[in-house]
This record gives sequence, C-alpha cells and structure tokens, in this order.
Amino acid sequence: MDINYFRLIDRIVDLNLDAKTIVVEAQVPAAHTIFEGHFPGFPIMPGVLLTEAMAQSSGWLLLGLLKFERMPFLAIVKEAKMRGFVSPGQLLTIEAKLEHEGSGFAVTKAKGRVGKELKCSAEITFGLSPFPDPNFRVYMDEMAKKIGFPLQAVSNG
Amino acid sequence: MSSTYDQIANIIAETCDIPRDTIKPESHAIDDLGIDSLDFLDIAFAIDKAFGIKMPLEKWTQEVNDGKATTEQYFVLKNLADRIDELVAAKNAGAGTGS
Repeated sequence: MDINYFRLIDRIVDLNLDAKTIVVEAQVPAAHTIFEGHFPGFPIMPGVLLTEAMAQSSGWLLLGLLKFERMPFLAIVKEAKMRGFVSPGQLLTIEAKLEHEGSGFAVTKAKGRVGKELKCSAEITFGLSPFPDPNFRVYMDEMAKKIGFPLQAVSNG
Repeated sequence: MSSTYDQIANIIAETCDIPRDTIKPESHAIDDLGIDSLDFLDIAFAIDKAFGIKMPLEKWTQEVNDGKATTEQYFVLKNLADRIDELVAAKNAGAGTGS
C-alpha cells in the first residue's frame, strides 16, 4: 500500500471473471504520517482510505470484466460500514463482487477483512467511461502488471 | 400489483427524497423533478433491479444527443414507464433487453 500515491492495492490474489469476483491484498504500512494525526497514541486506518481500498479493489474487478476498454470512476458509496479498527502493519484482504452491470455504470459489493475478522463493507457504484487519455490507459496496464493482474484472463476471455 | 409508473415514482421518491405526491405521470425527471445524472444512475440501478432489465441509458442519451429522440420520450415518467414495459416485454419474449 502506497498511501502517498493513493495506490492502496498491493496484489491481486484471485480474479474470477465467470463468478465476477476479485480478492486482493493490501498491506497497511507500519508507519505513516497519517497515523501521527489519526490518532495520537491510537493509530488506525481512516475509514475513507478503507472505503477507497474497497473502491480500488472493485475497480480492478470491473477493469477485468470490461477488458480494460473502459475506466470505472467512483460515483456512489452506500452502506459504507467501518466495523472494526485496522491498525498499522496489518494485512487487509478485500473481496469484491459485481452486483449489477447497467448501461454506463456498474455496482459492486466489497468487504475488507483482517484475518477472518470483517473490518469494513460497502456497496459501490461506478460510472464507466472510455479512457480520457491514452497515457492513463498505459499507466493502468503498468499498474496491472505490478499488482499481478492476470492479463491473460482478459485476453482469453 | 402496482403499475410500472407507480413503481418508478416510488423509486424516485425514495432515491431522491422527493415527496411522492409531487411526482406526476407528466413530470419530466430532469426539468420538473430536478434529478441530476448521478441520482438518475441510482434510479437506473433500482429500476434495473426491480424489473430485471438493463435500461439502455447510453443508447437513449446518444439518440437525444444526435437529435433522433427528445428527452421527453425517455424522461417524462409516463413515457419512461412505457419504455420499461417495452423492455420487460422484449425480455419476456426472449428478444434481449434492447441494450
């Protein structure tokens, strides 16, 4: 997890395009300036970052389902629940499932766990748009390789 | 069973926090009810789920932008109800969702 660059997902553990599910891992850093203020003496991951991590996990699922032809942009977050504290150094496992693919939008449900303990969940809606800039698409390809996105699953699909 | 119009009016009232009695069959979702694109996306999800369809919003938007259709054809609620009925009928006939 590289909080400074808002890259919250470290690796894709499983991507199942038939079941329309994804599982990713995100290693919360042991130290970061965010934890100095949030909170002194009691460092925990901010809920907005957990929500963003769930959104990014869902986004990679959607990129796979869309074969990287369109980019999902975060539009609506519903029922975002922070169910337990996530501390520095913990490994977050996030799973997301496609709930609905509409015309120009998609809805996912995501859950974040540390070990077996459910820490956060949300229903997330994305607008689906063509990549606004070719460099953006190139960047996403590079990120996909970096986090172990199974590109062959998309090309074979 | 409530009519298609009643179902979408209820969805709009609940999704956009608009008093149900201000929503009429002649209401234009955008011009009269002030529903913006983000709220309409939320409404589309609820309608898709309720009716088991996929409203072809992008196709409709393209038709309006190309001057081939008016917003009234799709966004006046009684017309929207007709469009949904057509999509449901097409789905039941096994002809797809028209998207």
